Amino acid sequence: MLSPWFLCRNEDLKEMLESNKESLKLEAMKRIVGLIAKGKNASELFPAVVKNVASKNIELKKLVYVYLVRYAEEQQDLALLSISTFQRALKDPNQLIRASALRVLSSIRVPIIVPIMMLAIKEAATDLSPYVRKTAAHAIQKLYSLDPDQKEHLIEVIEKLLKDKSTLVAGSVVMAFEEVCPDRIDLIHKNYRKLCNLLVDVEEWGQVVIIHMLTRYARTQFVSPWREDAVFDENSAKAFYDSEEERRVDQSKPYIMDPDHRLLLRNTKPLLQSRNTAVVMAVSQLYWHLAPKHELSIITKSLVRLLRSHREVQYIVLQNIATMSIQRKGMFEPFMKSFYVRSTDATHIKTLKLEILTNLANEANISTILREFQTYVKSQDKAFAAATIQAIGCCATNISEVTDTCLNGLVLLLSNRDETVVAESVVVIKKLLQTQPSQHSDIIKHMAKLFDNITVPMARASILWLMGEYCEHVPKIAPDVLRKMAKTFTDEEDIVKLQIVNLAAKLYLTNSKQTKLLTQYILNLGKYDQNYDIRDRTRFIRQLIVPNEKSGALSKYARRILMAPKPAPVLQSAFKDRDRFQLGTLSHTLNSQASGYLELSDWPAVAPDQSVRNVEVVEPVKETGAPALSKSKHFDAVSWPVCVSLQASSPVFVPETSHELLHRMTGKGLSAQYRFTRQPCIYGNSMVSLQLTLSNSTDQALENIHISEKSSTGQNIHRFNAIERLEPQASVTVSMGVDFNDSTQAANFQLCTKEDEFSVSIQPAVGELLLPITMSEADFTKEQGKLVGMNESSATITMTPENVSSQSVNRKVVSVANLGVIPSGQENIYRFSGKTVSSGSLVLVSVVLKDPDAVITINTEKTVMGSMLLRQVKTALTNSGP
Amino acid sequence: MIHSLFLINNAGDLFLEKHWKSVISRSVCDYFFEAREKAVEPDNVPPVIRTPHHYLINIYREKIFFVSVIQTEVPPLFVIEFLHRVAETFQDYFGECSETTIKDNVVIVYELLEEMLDNGFPLATESNILKELIRPPTILRSMVNTITGSSNVGETLPTGQLSNIPWRRAGVKYTNNEAYFDVVEEIDAILDKSGTTVFAEIQGVIDACVKLSGMPDLTLSFMNPRLLDDVSFHPCVRYKRWESERVISFIPPDGNFQLMSYHISAQNLVAIPIYVKQNISFFETGSSGRLDITVGPKQTMGKTVECLVVTVHMPKVVLSANLSATQGTYNYDPVTKILLWDIGKLNPQKLPNLKGSLSLQSGAPKPEENPSLNIDLKIQQLAISGLKVNRLDMYGEKYKPFKGVKYVTKAGKFQVRT
Repeated sequence: MLSPWFLCRNEDLKEMLESNKESLKLEAMKRIVGLIAKGKNASELFPAVVKNVASKNIELKKLVYVYLVRYAEEQQDLALLSISTFQRALKDPNQLIRASALRVLSSIRVPIIVPIMMLAIKEAATDLSPYVRKTAAHAIQKLYSLDPDQKEHLIEVIEKLLKDKSTLVAGSVVMAFEEVCPDRIDLIHKNYRKLCNLLVDVEEWGQVVIIHMLTRYARTQFVSPWREDAVFDENSAKAFYDSEEERRVDQSKPYIMDPDHRLLLRNTKPLLQSRNTAVVMAVSQLYWHLAPKHELSIITKSLVRLLRSHREVQYIVLQNIATMSIQRKGMFEPFMKSFYVRSTDATHIKTLKLEILTNLANEANISTILREFQTYVKSQDKAFAAATIQAIGCCATNISEVTDTCLNGLVLLLSNRDETVVAESVVVIKKLLQTQPSQHSDIIKHMAKLFDNITVPMARASILWLMGEYCEHVPKIAPDVLRKMAKTFTDEEDIVKLQIVNLAAKLYLTNSKQTKLLTQYILNLGKYDQNYDIRDRTRFIRQLIVPNEKSGALSKYARRILMAPKPAPVLQSAFKDRDRFQLGTLSHTLNSQASGYLELSDWPAVAPDQSVRNVEVVEPVKETGAPALSKSKHFDAVSWPVCVSLQASSPVFVPETSHELLHRMTGKGLSAQYRFTRQPCIYGNSMVSLQLTLSNSTDQALENIHISEKSSTGQNIHRFNAIERLEPQASVTVSMGVDFNDSTQAANFQLCTKEDEFSVSIQPAVGELLLPITMSEADFTKEQGKLVGMNESSATITMTPENVSSQSVNRKVVSVANLGVIPSGQENIYRFSGKTVSSGSLVLVSVVLKDPDAVITINTEKTVMGSMLLRQVKTALTNSGP
Repeated sequence: MIHSLFLINNAGDLFLEKHWKSVISRSVCDYFFEAREKAVEPDNVPPVIRTPHHYLINIYREKIFFVSVIQTEVPPLFVIEFLHRVAETFQDYFGECSETTIKDNVVIVYELLEEMLDNGFPLATESNILKELIRPPTILRSMVNTITGSSNVGETLPTGQLSNIPWRRAGVKYTNNEAYFDVVEEIDAILDKSGTTVFAEIQGVIDACVKLSGMPDLTLSFMNPRLLDDVSFHPCVRYKRWESERVISFIPPDGNFQLMSYHISAQNLVAIPIYVKQNISFFETGSSGRLDITVGPKQTMGKTVECLVVTVHMPKVVLSANLSATQGTYNYDPVTKILLWDIGKLNPQKLPNLKGSLSLQSGAPKPEENPSLNIDLKIQQLAISGLKVNRLDMYGEKYKPFKGVKYVTKAGKFQVRT
């Protein structure tokens, strides 16, 4: 398959990749990416490329990632070699590296690593950086498509991420929701209002996805605003939050829109001004499907504006307008001229514009439209001219006042020089005449005269059918036409032949005196025709109309069968039934259900409980820690890098438990709780970061809450800024930092209010005095080798069986101590590393499983801390339970 | 969402492919080629094509088809808009979006595509963010890179990506602080044979080039904001302020961007700057025709009309044209059947005229319809709608920026029926 030339090039690439020079490697990777882009196979280089996955050069690394994602599926075994690099990178202090590691790891479609991916996603979903969390949301979809069995676990992650307040995450997680569990509408309830309020600030692509999801949601949760007697109370939304219970939507009462419904409409409206056409279309379809009919008009202008955009955008927008204009002419009528056709438009755009103009036609504007159509009929684009004739036919049937004008116009076109135009006119005239044949015998005569000059089969067939159907109106001409046809029968197209037979039969029944012989002659010709359809038809007709001894009862009814009054064809828009699809979707464009299309449900008759969307005002403290940071909206972009450079690695696990600092009884109504956030402290490198939640359970406001200057034990404490006033029943969360000096000695200080002083103390667990760091397995062993002798303490324990799995060992250890997990090559050895907060001494923990025993070893210079930590890890691992 | 992307040139060569999920064989493009063949003109290719297992959504830009492969339901505009964004990014990076530039910069193209989509969902599409992640190529930088071995790829997360103003990067510094705004209006019109306006409207955009240090907060106000019928804004514009005060308040992206676009519809009287007197006729016999076109100024508000070009798409039977122009040059291309008359500046004293005979294919019937004329023109220092910028104020920074506003009127889709 490969040319020898390619093989030799391949060889030199391999050499370049294996050289020591970064620049050569980069050059090689660039050429390989060029090969991939051209679609050439470069999979043989996999072993050489994958070695560079841990390269320090960021551009080289990125190109290796590109390669890996492309070929990992084909080279699964080799791809596994790269996994540990990504696992390490997942703990990198730089959020860009963490995110890109997760991106690539989740893009490698190798089923074996599903558990690793799952773990990585769960971890990233609680990452401090919203960018990493966004990547996690994307990874959810990838994992789901790789292994749909993970659905339940993934839904848990989605549920967690849906609660995220960052605008960065919102679009991505809703996308994951749509892909993984679009039917779990219950997950949306609590987040509905938040999503509505965030919407304006979400990036444009996320907006589209969220709007489509909310459209579906709203159709299941609110009652229809489309009732005739509806009363619309704009102000009700404002009053909503005070008097929720009073509002009950009832069938008998006048319609009042659910305030949440109004919230959605109000918050999406500004997006009609977006520069992104997909957003404008999404809002338009939301209004179309959800808004009261009289509010629909606001989307018109924006949709018309989109017509100025690219050809492809026009195509989609025009399609949607075509569907809308069938139901609601009024919306687009003032903008009729925007749909005028230019000679430079593409054919499918022209046809769509024509469709819309036809839909918009009414008694008032029909003369303008017809004048415009006259220009189009003359167009050089003959397919378009033909479509215009059809459109004229449509207008003629829909608006009875102009039927005659249209017919006369069409008859004039019969003498047009172009075949297609004439043919189309004949077909349309035929349809029109069927609706009112009696008055138009002169038109039929005119067509008979033109018959000789018309060569398009469809047109000839149509005229013949007309002759036969209305032969009684033109008794002189019809037999003559039949005579001519008898002569040319053998040269005609099949559809024409069928109509000749048809005409003959009808004339035989009405005027057998003149046409008996002609008919028999034609039937004989048909009997020996090459086409079996024609032979069949001839046989059938003969049996039906020529009575003989064998013919059954049917021939008695021949006249009634053939000359039965036929219903006129209905000329209607091709977009008539498109409204069964949600506007703006692919299915609507194709007019057939695309895979993965989610149907819009009908409005419920009675609104489901609205209180499900209520959210408690006080948010529980988030387990990700540092809730202030996760609100990226209020967070200044500039301060990010500062925070990142401080942290050695993000904590693997942050416990939710908070400890009591001050009970409300002793604190005279003021209670305080603290928890360790396990984040690097922003007040000082040697401090442990703490979060304090102060609550006021009295019925009076507490003023000036602060920590007094004097500290009894001499620890360095960074106090929180004094809280000037804490309202009754309110609570506030503040952060502070304490330098425990690497000892578990309690920090004692005074918590003061305006009136009182309370002595409190914080007793840290030894595990909280650490910060996680990442290192490679080799570094770990090296460092461990240096810290032996009295720096090492170890113990052997018997593990409870449920603790033996790798996940539970990891979880247990990181829950007692703030340590980083080191990716391990061996299955039965677990390694954790960290440093003490104050002095930065290394703390290394390893757990070696030897069924059923386990050996815990702790290496650190701080021997006291080491032994205390050992005790705690021991208890954690021997205890069963979570 | 978006599964794969194929770039195909006008000749039907597939010259780049990129997959964001599992690899899809390029044979899926056969369905596209089929449709392409059927459509004859590239403009007539349907944007959405259905195949047994996939859906192909394509755009045609700069003689390149961007064909994306979709597997499940997705709003088609979402994909179309994204593909156009990709084309614009290429243009922004390489100066033009053509097959040659894409092939020359295939590595950067790949890096860009990698950043723009993750698993088929758009990740970073803001030019300011992308430029921090992947630096655009310049001759100087590629020289430096080869010598020092440094790379084009940024190492930190772009500051914009995380903030709530993703379109602007932090720490912008200029020695000369300047902000320029171009008000560009295009007249879309259809005039009929007699010169009466069938339809006319104005489409305007305000393009900005803002090079200001720090985090400037700008406010742009108009003398006559009521003129604007329908507007759409760059995401940086605060919609609430527009609603309440009719001023445009925004923190600008760094560099060039389109601040807003607006629409002044047919209801307001749109001034038509020129008139066209034309007479094109084909004779029943003799296989020839005559053409006579004169252009003159109408409502130009005292400004000069420049860059005047008349384009005529002749019927297929016209073989050649033997004309004489009193001003400018004309050219008839017998292959594409396009007659192009480049007039240049319109002189009101001496109206330009193009006159002469057309020769037709002998024996062919005379064309049914006369071809319509497409007009192109430009008027400097004038916004034909009368829109005027009142003032530009800057808050948040101390320095005094240099400000400038320029007005231009152009013909958009300006057509004269004959």
